[in-house]
Amino acid sequence: MGAAPASRDVTSYRMGLAAPLALFFLVFFVAPLLQLLWLSLHNDTAAVHWGLGQYLQFLTDPFSLSVLGSTLLLGAEVTAVCLVLGFPIAWFYQRVGPRLQTIIILIVLLPLLTSVVVRTFAWIVILGRQGIINATLQSLGIIDTPIKLLYTQFGVVIALAQVQMPLMTLPLITALGRIDSNLDDASCSLGAGSWRTFFKIVLPLSLPGVIAGCTLTYAAAITAFITQSLIGGGQMLFMPMYLYQQASTLQNWPFASAISIIFLLAVLAVVSVFTTLGRLSRGYGGA
Amino acid sequence: MADAQGGRSLVVDAVTHRYPSGALAVENINLDIKGGEIIALLGPSGCGKTTLLRIIAGFIAQTQGRIIIGDDIVDALPPNRRAVGIVFQNYALFPHLSISENVAYGLAARGIDKATRQREAQRLLDLVQLPTMSERLPRQLSGGQQQRVALARALAIKPSILLLDEPFAALDKNLRLDMQIEVKRLQRVSGITTLIVTHDQEEALSMADRVAVLSHGKLEQFGSPSDVYDRPQTLFVNTFVGASNRMPGVVVSADRTAAKVRLDAGAEIIARPAGGALAEGGRVTVCIRPEHLQFVGDETGFAGVVGMSLPLGATVVHEVTTADGSGVKISQARIGETRTLESGAAVRLAPLAPSLANAFPATL
Ligand SMILES: Nc1ncnc2c1ncn2[C@@H]1O[C@H](COP(=O)(O)OP(=O)(O)OP(=O)(O)O)[C@@H](O)[C@H]1O
Ligand SMILES: [Mg+2]
Repeated sequence: MGAAPASRDVTSYRMGLAAPLALFFLVFFVAPLLQLLWLSLHNDTAAVHWGLGQYLQFLTDPFSLSVLGSTLLLGAEVTAVCLVLGFPIAWFYQRVGPRLQTIIILIVLLPLLTSVVVRTFAWIVILGRQGIINATLQSLGIIDTPIKLLYTQFGVVIALAQVQMPLMTLPLITALGRIDSNLDDASCSLGAGSWRTFFKIVLPLSLPGVIAGCTLTYAAAITAFITQSLIGGGQMLFMPMYLYQQASTLQNWPFASAISIIFLLAVLAVVSVFTTLGRLSRGYGGA
Repeated sequence: MADAQGGRSLVVDAVTHRYPSGALAVENINLDIKGGEIIALLGPSGCGKTTLLRIIAGFIAQTQGRIIIGDDIVDALPPNRRAVGIVFQNYALFPHLSISENVAYGLAARGIDKATRQREAQRLLDLVQLPTMSERLPRQLSGGQQQRVALARALAIKPSILLLDEPFAALDKNLRLDMQIEVKRLQRVSGITTLIVTHDQEEALSMADRVAVLSHGKLEQFGSPSDVYDRPQTLFVNTFVGASNRMPGVVVSADRTAAKVRLDAGAEIIARPAGGALAEGGRVTVCIRPEHLQFVGDETGFAGVVGMSLPLGATVVHEVTTADGSGVKISQARIGETRTLESGAAVRLAPLAPSLANAFPATL
């Protein structure tokens, strides 16, 4: 212990060992990002004239702003649905026998084990005009003509919620599992009913898990290019597709770069709100 | 705590509990506890103490039997309506709430206004001698302090019964003694009927008005500390509570109050049939505490050879090997020039009095 090297901060050790990773990040993450930034600061598609024109164009264009807005809103809706559906699953998981736990975990993980494309196509089958939902409702006589589910905001939210559900449920299961079950009993013996116990004890103590789950789900939902485009169809445009169109179809690379940077900043802002909340809640339940 | 609801009686009536896994944790337990008593539930690990406590608190619905608090059968009441305070073995303080919020939690659940709540919490924290800790979080307190907070929190709801599950197990010896005195003091002041689970026999004997000894889910004996220590009713109680030598033998003759037993160690002694009548010719186990044996000079007792002598402060314990090869411990008060016996010395031993040797029918 007394020797000088041993008392050095662990992180100061052999930074060289991290060099390959650092190099990887530099080449494949930082460099493209810088290039993106460089591109976005040009006013013409050939990237000759410097200027903030692309940003001005985005920020003054109601259409572009509405795409950004609806993307951020989509993330919020998917996150809310996942939280509302995922919390009971996680809560239930902690209160059943080991066999049922295995089954629940399997069901929760199943979406992760199949390809996003497959899952999304399954939703097209379910939500389509002749899909399972419409066929069932029609045969039951509840509706006469098929209702529009596919290519709607509702459809996108439902499909994304299912696809991203594990990202919410797993952190919640972990967080709820860390809560000492005696706390439930203690609360109850002190005269609290189940609702008070839930809102005063279980929910506050699971907050770190809630925040981790929300951050993951949100980030995944707003960038889910495939599900967004397949379920949303042509009528609904979200940022990833907008970006793709500008870059790939219109070859307007500077504008696409500006979109990326703005999207990145918007997402960072939302995520930092989550992490700030997380840090505030860290005061809870650490022990 | 003059305003405490304290002093309600508690009856455990023929309670049996079998866990869904099939484990029979508690078997036909009967306890009749008067209001204001301190009862210790004493038994080895896994004998069903916690299970019984959780049944009384209402966390587990027993398979059979009834729990009666005061005049009410409470079996249908959920834990939050039983007015039973419980202190968990690991304290189970709410980690995200301050100490005063922890203590006031039960009052908030009863819809008591904030000012009254805070005043009451402060009064209880004064009572458990932690007046300055109210704004801290539980993890900023030592184990002993957390334990007091858990006690204050349980007392805040003015329970009619207080349950403590091995409350002192995590504390070091000095603190444990302090807390035992503290709890006993609080209990005397409030008059709350109190049940303490413990596997520490000294704790049970020193704190409780009556001790219930459990083994394998069954009640072995329920009586005053001196009953349990001096007049054990079963071989288990005799050997679990306090140290005891077990000496096998055969009954020569017996009536209800005394039995003549021929010990395998080679002597005939008079013993008390502790667990009921003994059959002549039957095999028995005679229990004699080390402090109830004496060295005798004549031919009365049984012979043995001294192995080791351990001077343990106020007493000296000699290990003696008897003729049948079994070991017997004898402890003697260290008065003045008490001799330390040479290893290998031949001695004869006998019980101090017939009532101090307990004969139980031998199992197996
Ligand atoms: N949830 C449960 N499911 C099945 N069996 C259980 C359960 N809890 C306890 N048991 C069993 O019931 C018996 C009594 O357990 P209990 O916890 O009441 O013992 P205890 O006397 O409190 O022991 P300790 O002193 O170690 O705390 C044990 O054999 C235990 O294995
Ligand atoms: Mg226990």
